[in-house]
Amino acid sequence: MKTRLLHLLLVLVSLLLVACGQQQTAAPAANGPANSTPDTGNAAAPASTSGDDQSIVVYTALEDDQLERYLDVFKADHPEINVELVRDSTGIITAKLLAEKDNPQADVIWGLAATSLLVADGEGLLEPYAPEGLDRINPKFRDPNDPPTWVGIDAWMSAFCVNTIELNNNNLPMPESWADLVKPEYKGFIVMPNPNSSGTGFLSVSSFLQLMGEEKGWEYMDALHENIAQYTHSGSKPCKMAGAGEFPIGISFGYRGIIQKEDGEPIETVFPSEGSGWDLEANALVKKDTIKPSAKTFLDWAIGDDSMAQYAQSFAIVTAETDQPVPEGFPKDPLAQLIDNDFQWAAENREAILAEWLERYDSKSEPEE
Amino acid sequence: MSASQQTPDNVYLQVRNVTKTFGHFVALADISLDMYRGEFICFLGPSGCGKTTLLRIIAGLEEQNTGQIIQNGVDISRFPPARRDFGIVFQSYALFPNLTAAKNIAYGLEQSKLSRQDIQERVQQLLNLVGLPDSGHKYPAQLSGGQQQRIALARALALSPGLLLLDEPLSALDAKVRASLRTEMTSLHQRLGITSIMVTHDQAEALTMADRVVVMDHGRIVQVGTSQEIYHHPATPFVANFVGVMNFMQATVTDQAGTVYWGSLPLALNHHVAQWPAGSSLTLAIRPEDVRVADAAAGAPSVALAHIEQTEFLGPTYRLHLRIPANGNGHHDVSLLADIPAQQAHHAALQAARMVPIQLPSEAIRVFAPEA
Amino acid sequence: MASTTTSSSAAPTVPDAVIKQRVRQSVTTEDWLIRGLIVLAGLWLLVIIFLPLYSIIYRSLTDKAGNLIWFANYATYFQNPALYGSLYNSIFIATVSTIISVLIGFLFSYAVTRTAMVGKPIFRRIVMLPLYMPSLIHAIALIYLFGNQGFVTKGFFGYFRENWGFDPSFDIGLYGPIGIIIGEVLFCFPQAIIILIVALSLTDARLYEASTALRASRIRTFFTVTVPSIKYGLISAAFVCFTLAFTDFGIPKVVGGDFNVLATDIYKQVIGQQNFQMGATVSILLLVPTVIAFAVDRIVQRRQMSLVNARAVPLHPQPNPLLDGVMLLFCMIITLIVLAMLGTAIFASLVNVWPYDFTLTLKHYDFGRVGGGGFNAYWNSVRMSAYTAVFGTVILFFSAYLIEKGKQLQWTRSIIYFISILPVALPGMVIGLAYIFFFNQPSWDMAGLTIPNPFNVLYGTMTILVIANIVHYYTVPFLTATTALKQMDPEFESVSASMSVPFYKTFWRVTLPVCLPAVLEIAMYYFVSAMVTVSAVIFLYAPSLKLASVAVVNMDDAGDTAAAAAMSVFIIVTSIGVRVLYELVTWGITRQTQAWKKR
Repeated sequence: MKTRLLHLLLVLVSLLLVACGQQQTAAPAANGPANSTPDTGNAAAPASTSGDDQSIVVYTALEDDQLERYLDVFKADHPEINVELVRDSTGIITAKLLAEKDNPQADVIWGLAATSLLVADGEGLLEPYAPEGLDRINPKFRDPNDPPTWVGIDAWMSAFCVNTIELNNNNLPMPESWADLVKPEYKGFIVMPNPNSSGTGFLSVSSFLQLMGEEKGWEYMDALHENIAQYTHSGSKPCKMAGAGEFPIGISFGYRGIIQKEDGEPIETVFPSEGSGWDLEANALVKKDTIKPSAKTFLDWAIGDDSMAQYAQSFAIVTAETDQPVPEGFPKDPLAQLIDNDFQWAAENREAILAEWLERYDSKSEPEE
Repeated sequence: MSASQQTPDNVYLQVRNVTKTFGHFVALADISLDMYRGEFICFLGPSGCGKTTLLRIIAGLEEQNTGQIIQNGVDISRFPPARRDFGIVFQSYALFPNLTAAKNIAYGLEQSKLSRQDIQERVQQLLNLVGLPDSGHKYPAQLSGGQQQRIALARALALSPGLLLLDEPLSALDAKVRASLRTEMTSLHQRLGITSIMVTHDQAEALTMADRVVVMDHGRIVQVGTSQEIYHHPATPFVANFVGVMNFMQATVTDQAGTVYWGSLPLALNHHVAQWPAGSSLTLAIRPEDVRVADAAAGAPSVALAHIEQTEFLGPTYRLHLRIPANGNGHHDVSLLADIPAQQAHHAALQAARMVPIQLPSEAIRVFAPEA
Repeated sequence: MASTTTSSSAAPTVPDAVIKQRVRQSVTTEDWLIRGLIVLAGLWLLVIIFLPLYSIIYRSLTDKAGNLIWFANYATYFQNPALYGSLYNSIFIATVSTIISVLIGFLFSYAVTRTAMVGKPIFRRIVMLPLYMPSLIHAIALIYLFGNQGFVTKGFFGYFRENWGFDPSFDIGLYGPIGIIIGEVLFCFPQAIIILIVALSLTDARLYEASTALRASRIRTFFTVTVPSIKYGLISAAFVCFTLAFTDFGIPKVVGGDFNVLATDIYKQVIGQQNFQMGATVSILLLVPTVIAFAVDRIVQRRQMSLVNARAVPLHPQPNPLLDGVMLLFCMIITLIVLAMLGTAIFASLVNVWPYDFTLTLKHYDFGRVGGGGFNAYWNSVRMSAYTAVFGTVILFFSAYLIEKGKQLQWTRSIIYFISILPVALPGMVIGLAYIFFFNQPSWDMAGLTIPNPFNVLYGTMTILVIANIVHYYTVPFLTATTALKQMDPEFESVSASMSVPFYKTFWRVTLPVCLPAVLEIAMYYFVSAMVTVSAVIFLYAPSLKLASVAVVNMDDAGDTAAAAAMSVFIIVTSIGVRVLYELVTWGITRQTQAWKKR
């Protein structure tokens, strides 16, 4: 017994010693932003504490294939600023952002779903900032507060991707509206994202409720549920499955189907006649002890004319006027396609909606032995 | 047998009041033992008797609960194995499989300050010593069991330890190799004169090799003595039975004169039995080879007619399974074994189903007092 | 006949006071060194596993605002039937996958170690290929083979019907439990093989000779010699497969359809709803089987004896036409499945548009036109994997050695052992999050004191990625190392001590060389695992440190499935290349140091 205690003591003492030793070497690192301790020993110094004022960390959920194009423009405009980009899906970026909230790593959030930014704002992660040229932004597409916490750059809307070959193989008519999707002939042919896993999924659910009213909305989803083959964990997945013919119809978002068609997949993107649910991709400044001027420079640039022109090549709706035409495949008047989306309502009722959805439809995944 | 002097100033290793438990199991109960310089000692006993534990405590591979180990006048009880002066051969030999025989032997030498040249010479010397001068380059897996055992022995001897510990070194070998290694190890011991302790459960091994045998049972030392003492004068029925073959006889003291009956057979004893009251029960024992068959003098004491139930050919001897019929009076038949030279058996045509007279000579009968 | 007075008296007893006494040997410098190293190993695990894990446990006991609410999250979880249904599903999937994986793994390992069938080296190598494949490409291959438009489902698109007159099309109903189980089995059985091959190849031929001499039938020998001698390996393999299948989320996410399991629940909570508290709660539930398995493991381990000592004779399997034939067929089927998966992945990287335009193209190998970091990410991955292999193997093997062979600090060693087998139960996502919580914390407030976090500097570096990989893949190599070490004669250390040779010398000259095959296997395992890993590092990689495996996921996210497949092919080819290199380099060494294995 005595020796056990001794061992325990030994462990604790050495722990303290080691911790103290490391504390001393690490102390300067923890003290201030101007840290460049050599003992990090690796090519990548911790981003947040990087001593270089001209280097900023940007978290983004914008599509990978667009980023290169945008950044080329930024580099041309601001060669002195080094952008370190962390790109991932909306869910992962949001999770990372929130997980890091005690010691934020990002300086700027660029092109993340407004609903996610509302969550981040709720956690006190964002610093209000009015970027230069804010007055050009459509007031519908920015945080109404002044200065705004977030500013939208583009809007994306729900749509469904339809595989024309598989549709023909099964002698099915092309669905044109949400109402078409509940027709019995589509039974087992439709996939949609699970709102518990995917922002796109939640967008669809909340738009049904807003479009049809709560009661009718749930009734509609009950009917739709009968036709759903499976709920996926990612928002782009239904469209990809449609493109590969796994399931002919995928409820997803517009941009997705249009680029897949460009890649040669037999996909038709349908914007339902009742209107589409939509969300913004928006920018925000991260609240930190020291906010770098270059972070603000980036945000100014990100809503500037050059950037907007670039966004407009991929999106039907950008938040400021540009002279770009609406990209092929989108409705001619994209703004008219949007339903009235109340972000605040959706954010406030999110948990209740998800719980209800879980209760109604997720029990489908109960074991069926 | 080598003549190590058993005088107090010649004691090399002392075990003093050693007790060892594993949980609540008592492996060694207050063991004390003196071993003399140059002696070859065998710890003999059935498995679980504590003999290996004692060896490991002497080596420092186990820590005893209480007691001391004194080697060459120094209390080494608290020394870790590395500070103790011994070489050891395990039952598994524990040769390093990835090193050649020579490298195995040199393993400890490389720790010393010897030059490469000296190490090589010493290794060759040891290889010669164990009779494998040309096997230095071989890996253990390329050696036979007997050869591996010799390499292990050479390795244990490499640092010229004061004490050689052997943990069942022969038990993994087949009978023939075992017998030849027995003699070899004995002669090696005589040449080197190194104090050695061997653990074994094989009584023949112990009797042939040891200067003194330490018989152990249930964590206690039951008897310490030369092979002859152990064989001819076992201290307890346990020893008598464990070492060699023994006939046990449950006999009863019948009267004050000291007559003792085994079944219906009255026995004459050299022992004074009057100390036990009539009716007390004694354990008597006699070795099979001490039973006299067919040449019993008529009218001599302890003679009976026995029925040969079975004969067993053992090469130089025959073993007879004998039964002495009861002569009424509520006695039971009793049976015993007798070993007789093969020649005699042939001569007297002793076959199963014959009746022969037998005698149990009084000087050959051992008496174990009734248990208190 | 002699009566049976064999035993002198009953077993002796001693006072309790004596039982508690010990004559302690004086502590040598060497002992202090061992103790120091054990403590160091413990501290290392404390920092890289226990403290991050603690931060997760703590989260599961708090609400969103960080207030301690004890078990309210657990109560919430169990009140929802849809959620605890996942628990049942997970147990079901893991159990079935484990049984199949261990069975396949055992038969395969047996075939390549204990039969005289031909082609053993090539089978051994092919069967490890699934470990080289990013899990996403597993899923893509599965869908391309068995999905609604899969090769098999569609009867190879009419090829057989047109040319051979029969239609082998077959729909296995991929999406759901069947798909998950197939995926998990493909993912788990190579891991079982790693453990079982080590267990099966370290044996003593003489046990078999003895058994043959006793005229035991092959079947009897199998059950009386083979199975007991690898019991520990079998249990370890089952333990690893169960926890892997129980905690994996990649496969259920892609082919699970609506079949919910615990790991996808975590995904929903963390990624879908950013509910870390509930995610942490589910993560803790995932740990439960590990804790149970740990208890079983400890009980079994107590009975494990070492089977390899210096006298052990390597087993040279005797030809047995029937057995060899059956095993050959079995191994061919298994490797064929593996190759079909790999072939499908390569094919997927070459076709224009699956499944509508099967013309072949190399355009997907031009990563410039897609995001994800391209070749830069690829080289980062190679670097990270190399570091993981080197540092992971050194640290892991040495600490396994200390735990297994050290005689000091019994109590500490048990704890270290337990922490060492914990990581298998931690889904990569949980490790990633735990690492953010722990390493990104600039300081801790304790009783009004602010303690700066000395490990904070690691956040966002290559080092933390390497550490995360070492932890994520700690258990399988740890068990491999432990199995190898356990099978060594425990008297090696005693003999060394008798010659006053310090333990580190024996470790260097005997233990390490004898275990070299296992050590090299561990390094390879670390390398290939780090090449394909996604879930742990996806939260941790720094902006300038993009990784190939993450690029695969991002490309697929962006719809570039073919480019994702192409990058996967790069990863696979690299791992194979490293494997070939390693075999060439170690061939010479192995020939020297393992010469003893040849009779």
